[in-house]
Amino acid sequence: MADYKMHIMVCGGSGCRASESDKLTQNLDTALQKNGLEEDVQVVTTGCFGFCEKGPVVKILPDNTFYTQVTPEDAEKIVEEHIIKGRQIKHLLYEDPNAKELIPDSKHMDFYKKQVRLALRNCGFINPENIDEYIARDGYAAIGKCLSEMTPEAVIEEIKESGLRGRGGGGFPTGLKWDITRKSEADQKYVVCNADEGDPGAFMDRSILEGDPHTIIEAMAICGYCIGADKGLVYIRAEYPLAIERLKIALDQAREYGLLGEDILGTGFNFDIELKYGAGAFVCGEETALIHSMEGLRGEPTFKPPFPSVSGYNEKPTNVNNVETFANIPVIINKGAGFFSQIGTGSSKGTKVFALAGKINNVGLIEVPMGTTLREVIFDIGGGIKDGKKFKAVQTGGPSGGCLTEAHLDTPIDFDNLIKVGSMMGSGGMIVMDEDDCMVAVAKFYLEFTLDESCGKCSPCRVGNKRLYEILDKITQGKGTKEDLDKLRLLGNVVKDTSLCGLGQTSPNPILSTLDNFYDEYLAHVEDSKCVAGQCKALMQYKIIPDACSGCTLCFRNCPVGAISGERKSPHFIDQSICIKCGVCYEKCKFDAIEIV
Amino acid sequence: MAKVKSLADLKRIKEEVQTKIKLRENSDRPEQVVQVKVAMATCGIASGAKETMNYIISELEHQAIDAVVTQTGCMGYCYAEPTIEVTLPGKEPVVFGHVDKTKAEEIIEKYVKRNELVDGIIPVNYKSI
Amino acid sequence: MEMINLTIDKKPVVVKEGTTILEAAAEIGIKVPTLCHMKLHDMGIENKPGGCRVCVVEVEGRRNLAPSCVTKVEEGMVISTSSIRALNARRTVTELILSDHPADCLTCAKSGECELQDLAQELGIREIHYKGEQSQYREDTSPAIIRDVNKCVMCRRCEMMCNEVQTVGVLSAVNRGFDAVVAPAFEMNLDHSVCTYCGQCVAVCPTAALTEVDHTGAVIRALSDPSKTVIVQTAPAVRAALGEEFNMEAGNLVTGKMVSALRQLGFDYIFDTDFAADLTIMEEGTELLNRLSKHLNGDKDVKLPILTSCCPAWVKFFEHQFPDMKEIPSTARSPQQMFGAIAKNYFTEKINVKREDLVVVSIMPCVAKKYESARDEFAHEGNPDVDYAITTRELASLIKLANIEFKSLPEEDFDQPLGESTGAGVIFGATGGVIEAAVRTAYEVYTGKGLEKVDFEELRGMEGIREATIDFDGLDLRIGIAHGLGNARKLLEDIRSGKSNFHAIEIMSCPGGCIGGGGQPYHHGDASVIRKRMEAIYREDANKTIRKSHENPYILKLYEEFLGEPMSEKAHHLLHTAYFDRSNKIES
Repeated sequence: MADYKMHIMVCGGSGCRASESDKLTQNLDTALQKNGLEEDVQVVTTGCFGFCEKGPVVKILPDNTFYTQVTPEDAEKIVEEHIIKGRQIKHLLYEDPNAKELIPDSKHMDFYKKQVRLALRNCGFINPENIDEYIARDGYAAIGKCLSEMTPEAVIEEIKESGLRGRGGGGFPTGLKWDITRKSEADQKYVVCNADEGDPGAFMDRSILEGDPHTIIEAMAICGYCIGADKGLVYIRAEYPLAIERLKIALDQAREYGLLGEDILGTGFNFDIELKYGAGAFVCGEETALIHSMEGLRGEPTFKPPFPSVSGYNEKPTNVNNVETFANIPVIINKGAGFFSQIGTGSSKGTKVFALAGKINNVGLIEVPMGTTLREVIFDIGGGIKDGKKFKAVQTGGPSGGCLTEAHLDTPIDFDNLIKVGSMMGSGGMIVMDEDDCMVAVAKFYLEFTLDESCGKCSPCRVGNKRLYEILDKITQGKGTKEDLDKLRLLGNVVKDTSLCGLGQTSPNPILSTLDNFYDEYLAHVEDSKCVAGQCKALMQYKIIPDACSGCTLCFRNCPVGAISGERKSPHFIDQSICIKCGVCYEKCKFDAIEIV
Repeated sequence: MAKVKSLADLKRIKEEVQTKIKLRENSDRPEQVVQVKVAMATCGIASGAKETMNYIISELEHQAIDAVVTQTGCMGYCYAEPTIEVTLPGKEPVVFGHVDKTKAEEIIEKYVKRNELVDGIIPVNYKSI
Repeated sequence: MEMINLTIDKKPVVVKEGTTILEAAAEIGIKVPTLCHMKLHDMGIENKPGGCRVCVVEVEGRRNLAPSCVTKVEEGMVISTSSIRALNARRTVTELILSDHPADCLTCAKSGECELQDLAQELGIREIHYKGEQSQYREDTSPAIIRDVNKCVMCRRCEMMCNEVQTVGVLSAVNRGFDAVVAPAFEMNLDHSVCTYCGQCVAVCPTAALTEVDHTGAVIRALSDPSKTVIVQTAPAVRAALGEEFNMEAGNLVTGKMVSALRQLGFDYIFDTDFAADLTIMEEGTELLNRLSKHLNGDKDVKLPILTSCCPAWVKFFEHQFPDMKEIPSTARSPQQMFGAIAKNYFTEKINVKREDLVVVSIMPCVAKKYESARDEFAHEGNPDVDYAITTRELASLIKLANIEFKSLPEEDFDQPLGESTGAGVIFGATGGVIEAAVRTAYEVYTGKGLEKVDFEELRGMEGIREATIDFDGLDLRIGIAHGLGNARKLLEDIRSGKSNFHAIEIMSCPGGCIGGGGQPYHHGDASVIRKRMEAIYREDANKTIRKSHENPYILKLYEEFLGEPMSEKAHHLLHTAYFDRSNKIES
């Protein structure tokens, strides 16, 4: 075995791969060989580092130098300058968006400082395609401990004590779920991993599967041991090819080592895992819909009870947990419930992974202790709002969640607090909005998503969401009335109250929370025909400032609908009844003589 | 690879493979391990810093001392090359000059292992990176 | 079974564990409005996707309203079915459904029979507050069934019937969200699918999303054409149900009034499909005995069991799903088609009318009969043996249209010669009836002895699959009966795998047999209606003086004058048919 003195960690997550990180890896290997360093320096393809904003990301160990936006062409320079000469490459270093200074290593990045990585503990740290590296990080020690030292009841007790709650959105106590499934008697039971991540902008589960697939395999086996199942199924969307590939490799390796299959670790426990592919329907994240989809039926939910723990896949007791939930299991077993439960808040223990997105400097994947405030996440870890704009709102919980405002920034994030302030944890999507975002349009965006993703089984979700969307659309078109705002609230509440599954029961949340928190903005749309964020085209007007207009006719000549009139060298005029608000005049004007009001 | 047939097998494999990522584990918590920075500018390399560094790495590993050995640019003590900076957990960094193999051995034996001072300390007058 | 105590609308209720809120409420006379839910108790068929959300009620302590049709009672539950919250939600949900439903009630085929219309009425909906885009689907017309998907409320009843009860699997939900709709695969037309036209989807559709193809106009045109002689045949099950269309109690036999009404409508001759049923027994019974005796003599080429072939949906079912077994069913045509063939070849001679001037109309409890009458093999040079097959419901609408006061009509008799029938012909209308009729004749022919008792109770009933062994003077004749195509599939799979040891099997596509046919008056989820019709059928049989097909004097005369022997060449030509492998074929 080569004795490497340095490790170059290259992010091989989907995001960085899309920016040619695999080519970068190749080039690094080539450059090392060229310099005869292949015995001294190891290039490791890892899972996601989380810092997706500036991928591809490369971290050099042992000095923790953190390079961002590295191109394949940078490989040679990294080897020749950094590796050989020990000189950091300045232009690849990360610049703190606020302090405007270069940060030499990841230990000094605000992005990482406040994070506690349990579920993501191996992401960016090991090569996910190498089971040895997982084992080196205590991998499969947890299943070993369970099988040799603990009864299934004791493991369940440990999970219960840890306070772990489902990370898929519902927040149901994991230990209790396992206990119920264990107590359901049947000749066959199943462990299902829900990897049907579907929130817009969310990629927590994908990153875990890409970066640390063995942890899911191990956790599922532990669950199987606890509930009395010898069969696991991972329901994963076919749109996650890299996660599928890594999972397949991991499954093969685990089988080869005998860590899956029959008589695991000589204890007589049998367990194996099969992959089931979903076509990416959001509703299939709902566990009964997921199960129906796995059974080859239409992916739509059915009434609970019976819960899957009692009657699930093939009508057998089935324990469904989300990827991130599973990722926490080996940590709890290895380090103890006490270690886990000391992190977090009273009702929400441990950490939560969030996918930060939107108008934020550090877009990416983060993991923080429960109880971290939104402010810390957005301003410290997330580096604040892009381009120095003003923070307006943050949507948590994806299309099921709500929009929170400045007033909620100091709310410690946990399951109950988020519900208290009118949103929810959801699976961990977090989208940040700035002053340029119109909250009516935001609500409409989310509703459009649910509209597409509703299965259409129950009337309130099928028709109710359509009607809600139509009302929102009317408002953004400037045709809404104050009565429409009441209708939104009334209908939204009925849809929540009557829908069959979690999708419809939460789909009006973005509307209701924006109505609560940004009522004035809605009112401005319907009463003053104004969109303060300037997003709703129908409510905008392009006007020529006569004093600034030189009468150059450039706008006049470029207007596609002939809405502009005026003589050369005298101020022009836009006929609002003809204007289609395409904005060409605004772009073309060289004298800043056109304003948007 | 043979099958992992028991917990003991698993533990054995873990021990075997752990060294593979030891460097990563240590660099993830540099403040908890011995940190050694070797000045590897032209002057350092010319005076044998590379050999010194290789020696330190293999010796620390041989003695199973958790450490992070990194290279750094010129520290400015060209007269005293090779120079190294050693930071013990919870202590201020200390810079040593003229560190050849023998000196390095002494530093490890006395300073790193027993926290005894060794000759050749260069008074620190600026913060290294 | 444990008993559960709960409170509904402030009234205490004690019900068995496992009861739903809807059922518990019904026990104390509270009817919670429903739409998608449908339970056919006697048949063990239930549709409860919990999708329409009309039946939501408020359960104290629960975050959301509970759909009462699927929520099981729990100890100490406090339920309000009519709180403001529940009422508002129920009304809003109904308004939402209506907002995506064409408001053409005045001209809709289901007006007056529409469960959505009833619901809107019940909830007093006078305004739809949430208007918006409506679904726009094309209409799908097939030989028997019309799909007007714009009227679909996604109750999924048709899907349940088609998949779970009939195992045909044509109708299922496709697309998502607002575009979700129940349709054949790839939203193809029904006639491009393996649909059997059994019409059970039509029978349960709460709205006019699924209706039969309306042939009443064509019948009226024929009746008003002086150059045509228009004759009619009425299937056995029709007389046991037609009265329901005129607010008569289910189970009333209206044979005489029906004949009277048909005469008033202007049909030239009123005949009975029961006559053709007797004829069917002559042919099918003979075929059974032929096959049986060859089989008993060790002829390996003869396949048993013999399967009945009266039901057109069943025929289409096995042509699609079990084409490898198409040699097993009897080659005898259905009574409708035997009647048509006799009418257009024998009766035309009798009354000296040219084939093309004779119009044969049949009144059927069935929508598949429309398809059957249109099959190519049942036409001669483009002229079909049966011109129009209309359902019991269509007949009722013709009677209403003609201002006929049905209830007060006098009882009249069928015309001759094709109107005479025996009790054996009548019981064709109920599951088990065909095989019972066949046994009555086959026994006497096979054993040469007279039956002491013609009632074979062991062949009757509502159970989906029934078995009986009849002692044929030393030979144990093993008989199987299935109604509902899902049950038929089970028997067929047993035959295919060699597990079946029946000599003869009767199969009817519709639960209950023809009395539960897709063309009968809507039962609206009340399965007791079907049981009452069955009782009426057996009553009619018991009242008949002649109860064995081979004793029908007009049948004997028909053989004597025209056909010769059962299974004669002429009989073979006119009364038998062949089946086709439709496994890879798309119908059109």
